[in-house]
Amino acid sequence: MTEDEHREGIKGMANPGRYGIERVAYLLMRLSGLGLLGYFIAHIYETSNILRGRMGWDEFLALTQTTEGHIFLALVIGMCVFHTGNGIRIMLGHGGVGVGKPTRPDYPYDPASQNYRHKIGIYSSILLAAVAMMYGLAVMFGE
Amino acid sequence: MAQVSSIADEQVSTPLSTSKSILLRISKFNPESDDSPKFMEFNVSYEKWTTVLEAILDVKKHFDHSVAVRYSCRQATCGSCGMLINGKPRLACFTKISELDSDVVTVEPMNNFPVIRDLTVRFEKLFNTHQKIKPYLIRDDTDLESDEREFLQSPQEVEQYIQFANCIKCGLCNSACPTMATDSSFVGPQALAQAYRYVADSRDKGRDTRLNIIDESHGIWRCHFAGSCSQVCPKGVDPAMGIQFLRGYLLGFRS
Repeated sequence: MTEDEHREGIKGMANPGRYGIERVAYLLMRLSGLGLLGYFIAHIYETSNILRGRMGWDEFLALTQTTEGHIFLALVIGMCVFHTGNGIRIMLGHGGVGVGKPTRPDYPYDPASQNYRHKIGIYSSILLAAVAMMYGLAVMFGE
Repeated sequence: MAQVSSIADEQVSTPLSTSKSILLRISKFNPESDDSPKFMEFNVSYEKWTTVLEAILDVKKHFDHSVAVRYSCRQATCGSCGMLINGKPRLACFTKISELDSDVVTVEPMNNFPVIRDLTVRFEKLFNTHQKIKPYLIRDDTDLESDEREFLQSPQEVEQYIQFANCIKCGLCNSACPTMATDSSFVGPQALAQAYRYVADSRDKGRDTRLNIIDESHGIWRCHFAGSCSQVCPKGVDPAMGIQFLRGYLLGFRS
């Protein structure tokens, strides 16, 4: 990327403030995807501790039993639920499902592809993630 | 008589002009001589019908004639005056200052396009990618015989693509696209929407050719359906819809 291309870069890509809830969902999808990738790598490392025997396994697993560990796992639950829910919405959209029909546009030109079905999908994914996180926290801290 | 008097009073008490003023901040940048953009500020009066383009031209006329801005039709038809207005890509001729609901209006060149000077950007890449998707009807019988007539279409067939034929190549969609912000090789929502415009045209026989062109790593698969392109389109083209329909062909959802 050269300077004279005047690209917004990652800062512009990650700015969700200008284009409504769809752009917020776009950012959350990227963040949750990266978070889950990080968790996946950490999870492989975690499970590899079984090679250190029962003591090593229990020692590492104890990290998840702390307050910080519970919050981390709650975040993983939230990321997983949002990424799944929003991912289904996007996969359907990518196939042209639920994005409206072509028609002669009338002012003020509200885009049919950004319709209420997709907005409901986004808000539902956020809500489900929040509920799942709260349930996870209740289970983990309720022990 | 009393009624006439009250109407006359009302006309006097309701001025025709309700002129207010805003602070217009214009990005000034010459890539050949400047290191970074600077903002020049002007107090500009406006009426409720004044557009951002008119305010910029007012500045050019009365304060600083060196401001570089591209414009032509002043009615959202030529697609020349696209710029960032208060951080969002819009046509300056199609944006009223009163609609912005702000005392400060900041105008900058569109993102994701090389800057020529001030508010003017280069469109070469946009036109090149537009050309790349073969924006014309492809048919086997291109050499028309003298006794042949026009290709007839039903209203339903026209509805399939007419929305996408409204594109004025202003580049606002490419400026708003989050993928264009980071990927200099991405073909962009403008070209992809135009690919769908011709794929959806019942007279066109070049669907496979166009799908092959966009079926590449920096082609249609880089679109993540953020939808910002459709939100900024001043003509209701809805590129995001066209792109998802195109992808539907490639994924086998559509035939």
